[in-house]
Amino acid sequence: MILIVDLCYKAESLSKHEFVDPIAAIVRQTGTEYEVVHFTELEDRLIDGPDRIILCGTALKDNFFAEQIDLFTWIEDFDKPILGICAGMQVVAAVFGGDIVPQPKIGLEKIEITRETELLGPPREIEGYHLHNFGVTLPSGFDMVAGRRDSIEAFKHKTRPIYGIIFHPEVRNRWVVGRFMDL
Amino acid sequence: MIFHDNWMSESDERTCRENTTEIATNIFLDAGADYFYVKLGVLFSGGKDSVFACRRAMETDSVDCLITIVSENPESYMFHTPNVRWAHLVAEAIGVPQIIWQTLGEEEAELSDLRDAIAAAKEMHGIEGVVTGAIESVYQAARVQRICRELDLWCFNPLWQIDQVEYLRLLVSEGFLVIITGVFAYPLDESWVGATIDDALIRKLESLQKKYKINPSGEGGELETFVLDGPIFRKKIEILKAKKTYENYRGHLIIEEARLVDR
Repeated sequence: MILIVDLCYKAESLSKHEFVDPIAAIVRQTGTEYEVVHFTELEDRLIDGPDRIILCGTALKDNFFAEQIDLFTWIEDFDKPILGICAGMQVVAAVFGGDIVPQPKIGLEKIEITRETELLGPPREIEGYHLHNFGVTLPSGFDMVAGRRDSIEAFKHKTRPIYGIIFHPEVRNRWVVGRFMDL
Repeated sequence: MIFHDNWMSESDERTCRENTTEIATNIFLDAGADYFYVKLGVLFSGGKDSVFACRRAMETDSVDCLITIVSENPESYMFHTPNVRWAHLVAEAIGVPQIIWQTLGEEEAELSDLRDAIAAAKEMHGIEGVVTGAIESVYQAARVQRICRELDLWCFNPLWQIDQVEYLRLLVSEGFLVIITGVFAYPLDESWVGATIDDALIRKLESLQKKYKINPSGEGGELETFVLDGPIFRKKIEILKAKKTYENYRGHLIIEEARLVDR
């Protein structure tokens, strides 16, 4: 079972349609069982032992999740695949000691994949949709796998299947979610 | 630029606000709490996407105004819809104040006009966020996001990336009465102009999607629509007189006379 975590400012918000439902639709198309849960209601769901977890993005002005990073410390001990998308990447970075830093970007931009991973494949250039006011610094124990040091597009934990991407894969890069399901 | 503010009646306005005044003072003080909601302006043409986005916004937050951009350029990248001049009737039917803003529709200048219209809505109605009916268009979505960021407003796109056939079925099942007021693609013939979106028509669109790659909801500019009735309507719209034009897979239903009637 896949757990899709809604990081928006409240459960069942207007933003859920935009940042959670499109990811759930991609997962649904793969035929995989999934559950959507708001991050403030996460604890009980983790007991059921999901096979993998996706942390979704939020609206540009929505940084409420970042004020409650202590709700995500379970990530340190979760030993199955995790994909953090935009806000989700910021959560992963913060949990592992990285910083969330101002770095606004809106719209389609080129992304340089710099290191081969199971998630993003071999080094090459792709185009991705960005919608964020904040980016991240590289947490210790992670490799940057796309972007530049001052504008990290994707990172991966050195030994565990934990990924973060700052772009939104539901726009033109649905294959990223598909590959995550196959990890 | 000229704008008109099409207010609801004072009593309607009062009723609408009585339920929300107390909690409004808490906005942003405790984001994440169950009562956190946003005062919204919906970019509004009277077509299905803006009306359904409005519907979704009303389910979770407070829709305080509708913002209608009327473009004088028939090739406008952002705003051209043939019956947008009747959007005021849809706004009245729904019962939400409307700001109507005119633009010459030149590619980048119209963005400046959109910014001005949203800024006016913020000043006049105290909106804290903007809602659009964008489904796939990165061009439109990114531009509205940038304007909202500049004006320190939330931006919501509640139809973003929605499956277009599922969306049409949802519109019909929720009771929206939507007609096609424009067709702009092969093989859409004259019979599509003025047709009502129902289950049979959705099946036809689905088959055209497979055969001709038509976007079923018209996201690629293949179709334009107008909403006559729906669950958020207090009154419905009756078209009294309309003119059809059609030539070479381009057709319009141009509404000439219409009125509100009881549902």
